[in-house]
Amino acid sequence: MQRIYMDHAATTPTDPRVVEAMMPYFTEFFGNPSSIHGFGRAARKALEDARAVIAQELGAEPAGVIITSGGSEADNLAIKGVAAALREKGRHIITSSVEHHAVLDSCKYLEKQGFDVTYLPVDANGRVQVEDVQNALRDETILVTIMHANNEVGTIQPIKEISEVVKARSKALFHTDAVQTVGAIPVHLDELGVDLLSLSAHKFYGPKGVGALIIRKGVRFESLIHGGAQERNRRAGTENLPGVVGMAKALELANAELPEARPRITRLRDHLIQSVLNGFDHVRLNGHPTERLPGNANFSFEYIEGESLLLNLDLQGIAASSGSACTSGSLDPSHVLLAMGLCHATAHGSLRLSLGKGTTEEEVETVLKVLPGIVEKLRAMSPLYDHVRKECLTCTRTK
Amino acid sequence: MYSDKVMDHFQNPRNVGEIPDADGVGEVGNAVCGDIVRIYLKVNDNRIEDIKFKTFGCGAAIATSSMVTEMVKGKTLEEAMAVTNKAVAEALDGLPPVKMHCSNLAADALHKAIQDYRDRHAG
Repeated sequence: MQRIYMDHAATTPTDPRVVEAMMPYFTEFFGNPSSIHGFGRAARKALEDARAVIAQELGAEPAGVIITSGGSEADNLAIKGVAAALREKGRHIITSSVEHHAVLDSCKYLEKQGFDVTYLPVDANGRVQVEDVQNALRDETILVTIMHANNEVGTIQPIKEISEVVKARSKALFHTDAVQTVGAIPVHLDELGVDLLSLSAHKFYGPKGVGALIIRKGVRFESLIHGGAQERNRRAGTENLPGVVGMAKALELANAELPEARPRITRLRDHLIQSVLNGFDHVRLNGHPTERLPGNANFSFEYIEGESLLLNLDLQGIAASSGSACTSGSLDPSHVLLAMGLCHATAHGSLRLSLGKGTTEEEVETVLKVLPGIVEKLRAMSPLYDHVRKECLTCTRTK
Repeated sequence: MYSDKVMDHFQNPRNVGEIPDADGVGEVGNAVCGDIVRIYLKVNDNRIEDIKFKTFGCGAAIATSSMVTEMVKGKTLEEAMAVTNKAVAEALDGLPPVKMHCSNLAADALHKAIQDYRDRHAG
């Protein structure tokens, strides 16, 4: 059976060139970058070279690249770290209702510590309104954190416009979770106008377990992990050197190949979206029609449930994901789809197909060939298909 | 994450469909939690002569629906009433713990269908 991977938003395969770049740092240059002997110095040089590459690719200073264990740690560090450092200046934080849980749960944690958090709504396409950010700003706002693009529905936020408002109207710092965008679309600190930015290597064909928080000079925050002077006293622990080398290589490759990969993947995505929207009744595209990640297609198939859809696709060798409750480990479907105004039943029936640089036209055609049979089979056994139809079709809830 | 039996019933569900002139119909669950099970019964001489289901839900919801229909077809109403959600899950060689409370509704739908039949034939 042909196996088709359409879950690149979850993780990507490590590029063989990245693996090759990492290999010497397991066995040959295995020294601890903090050691003063030759092994240590060689490791230190590799670490700092990699850091310089990462900084260069994102328009940051090398000293502003803090290596973490991934995107979640970077988000936690940005939010909790800034909150701890600036708590005497104010205790208000602004975020959106569609953030990754690494951001949302960090904010919820801070609420328990006495911070006040504003969760901004999004429109039906999943976009934050710049005016809403402006209206939410207060004198005591210390941090605004809005993701660059959403991991579920792919909607790209107007980060530059938001940062302009934040800078013009407040003293708050601006953080963006760019885990989904780095390597997929151009990401540059100055062009986005952000003070802090999170990224994760395994989303752009790098290794898992390594990421970074990028900060602008002068940004104050407190560290979360104590126990050593690594990362200029900002993140203790021996650096994951093979991982950092791999992350730098992966970022370099992704950005170099972006001008070719982005339009190609976007074309495949648009073909997939158009074919699904034309080929099925009672299906909707979730997320912004144009301002979306190149590889993201997210649909809701009305009257069927996402996990059943995923299991059936998996049986045919196709890997995808869903915002159904059954795949989120809770009773509620995706908070992103609910925030966009979808009703529960429609949110349960969501399917995310995320394309990557290895995705071929043939694979997209196979998915398009396989989907109708699965949707038909599940709808044929769905009690909703005959009686809730009228209630659920126009299910954009007003908030 | 699912047993082979669950996957078998999920892939080849038994007794899917409707019975237009059913003697009893039972439905449980709702679209909010993502699982709805509806069971149709044809009863003859206190026995379940035919049974069909329609389900909106995850793999566990579909497999338990299929399994419960297989377990009670041909049984008396009393025997069918004694089938529990737990027994259905056991017949499927178990369900993942997270599915036990939310997607294991098929026996409830069956009991509701039997109750519907009894209500219709009361007095």
